[in-house]
Amino acid sequence: MTRRLVPARLGPADVLRVGAAGLRTRPTRVFLSALGIAIGIATMIAVIGISSSSREQLLRQLDRLGTNMLTVSAGHTLFGDTSQLPTGAVAMVKRIGPVSTAAATGTVDATVRRTNLIPKAVTGGIAVQAATTDLLTALEGSVTKGTWLNAATERQPAVVLGSVAAKRLGVDRTGVRVWIGNRWFTVIGVLGPMPLAPEIERSALVGFPVAAERLGFDGHPTTIYERSAEESVEAVRSVLPRTVNPENPEEVEVSRPSDALAARAAAAGAFTNLLLGLGGVALLVGGVGVANTMVISVLERRKEIGLRRSLGATRGQVRIQFLTESLLLSALGGVAGSVLGALATVGYALSQGWPPVVPPWAIAGAVGATLVVGTVAGLYPAMRAARLSPTVALAT
Amino acid sequence: MSGRIDERPALRDGSPDTPDGPYVVELRDVTKMYGGRVQALRGVNLAIGAGELVAIVGPSGSGKSTMLHMIGTLDRPSGGTVRIAGHDVAGLSDRELSALRARHLGFVFQKFHLSPGTSALDNVADGLLYAGVPLRVRRERAAAALERVGLGHRLGHRPEQMSGGEQQRVAVARAVAGDPPLLLADEPTGNLDSAAGAEVLRVLRDLHAAGTTIAVITHDMEIAEWCPRRVRVRDGRIVNDEGSGHRPPAEITIGARE
Ligand SMILES: Nc1ncnc2c1ncn2[C@@H]1O[C@H](COP(=O)(O)OP(=O)(O)OP(=O)(O)O)[C@@H](O)[C@H]1O
Ligand SMILES: [Mg+2]
Repeated sequence: MTRRLVPARLGPADVLRVGAAGLRTRPTRVFLSALGIAIGIATMIAVIGISSSSREQLLRQLDRLGTNMLTVSAGHTLFGDTSQLPTGAVAMVKRIGPVSTAAATGTVDATVRRTNLIPKAVTGGIAVQAATTDLLTALEGSVTKGTWLNAATERQPAVVLGSVAAKRLGVDRTGVRVWIGNRWFTVIGVLGPMPLAPEIERSALVGFPVAAERLGFDGHPTTIYERSAEESVEAVRSVLPRTVNPENPEEVEVSRPSDALAARAAAAGAFTNLLLGLGGVALLVGGVGVANTMVISVLERRKEIGLRRSLGATRGQVRIQFLTESLLLSALGGVAGSVLGALATVGYALSQGWPPVVPPWAIAGAVGATLVVGTVAGLYPAMRAARLSPTVALAT
Repeated sequence: MSGRIDERPALRDGSPDTPDGPYVVELRDVTKMYGGRVQALRGVNLAIGAGELVAIVGPSGSGKSTMLHMIGTLDRPSGGTVRIAGHDVAGLSDRELSALRARHLGFVFQKFHLSPGTSALDNVADGLLYAGVPLRVRRERAAAALERVGLGHRLGHRPEQMSGGEQQRVAVARAVAGDPPLLLADEPTGNLDSAAGAEVLRVLRDLHAAGTTIAVITHDMEIAEWCPRRVRVRDGRIVNDEGSGHRPPAEITIGARE
């Protein structure tokens, strides 16, 4: 007659039902304690999302600008003096097989001012440079107003301003005149932004011939801009110094401007660690809130626990009930926080003109974090609930 | 069979290995100490056969609830033997006791312990949760149990929409939805006026007629007189045990009087 006594197992649906039952009757408290978790998760998702969006923006820019440009500039001699690139250097560079375009700028010892009434010393940080006509092609840049220098205008007192230079000089249209050296030059164009050559943005560019003729330019290029096929960049890089300056190759400096952007893209995530830590603290506080709610819940529901034990619930089933409740509570906050964090990311990225990116691993991490927080927060209250003696629970 | 202890030889010299089939409840020399000082039970011997209706009466603090907790396996005795449905409680783990409660026992308390905001149907259906019954079957049996206690028309009502008598009948329905062989009730009418109390008694009478074994704790002498067998407790001992629990109860006159 005496059958073995084995408690029935609760199916997953019943575990969820029982766990959710406790939440249903206390909506305000559920909302407030889930909010704590939501704030922590939203902070973390937004921090990761915004830095990922910013990195994505940099990478896309890099993609657009290309990483196949090298610049060659005069370095220093063994004795520390500034060296010079030979006047024929650009032609030499163009002769390297994989090189598709090469252009040069040369520093001109003159200043650019809005009028001759402004003292010479007030340059506004704008350099006057001679530029070859194919500079715009090599930089893959564009003019926002007017035109770039051509074979005719490079011989005339005409100047094209970099975007920053134009702003500093207060020039917003072509046709106006600026004072360069000791004569008037007419602005024929304004350049767009040059993320790979910020020095060009801050320059007033005139043709090589006019610079030599009117501004005392010696014809030596200061910087050579060169583009080649992507896969030959390293090969070109290794032969550039010897090509440019066969006698003193060690006095030549070669650099890849896109490296700086790539480095910024790589570093975009680094500064976020502090903010991520803040999000973690918020999540921790949220977890304490959930634990607190659960402890109170267990205290308040002693009778329910006693009743369930009298109905045949095992200690394990009571423990699972409160653990499930805690998990649901923090999962609720996790889901709300993920949505909020993603919305914040999208909103901020769009306002900055960035592509919004919320990495799936961040969402997965958020889910994982809420599960851990829910479990840890629910563990102690669930143990307390399970330890409760049924008679004491029913007597209160 | 008579209800008197001295007429039950199985209690005196039956070996513990022999399951005493006819007895649903057997307490032998059961003692219970609380906190090492309070002696709530001082050697209780009691046997309840299948299908009996027993009232447990006695002054406040005499140990009635403690005794019910022993019978209900909600607590373990300090000494003596408790056998429920043939199982020696001392030999069972907490999990096994839980399974025993889920299958063999139904409880009704003075307070109804219904979950607020939940329909009568789901309150009753939850009583079968730990017996491993699937949800759909739980609801079917819950509806049947509510029908049995005369609340077939109140399935969707929430506790706060019902009278005390109705709530207690929902609690009774929850206790008997799984057809447990033994129903334990601790002051089931304690919070009710006599008319509502009478409703609950009618439900108990019908359950008894259908074969359920029932033990009712009560202060109310009228209810005690109504039961065919009465066990009187004083200072943790049974001082009197009279009547036969197998006979039908007296007519319910309580509610009619007021
Ligand atoms: N958990 C406990 N801890 C300590 N003492 C207890 C505990 N439960 C009951 N007692 C004591 O045991 C004795 C019997 O209590 P019990 O609750 O069984 O009495 P009762 O007959 O049900 O009384 P009442 O009619 O008032 O409900 C009382 O003296 C009571 O104070
Ligand atoms: Mg009592």
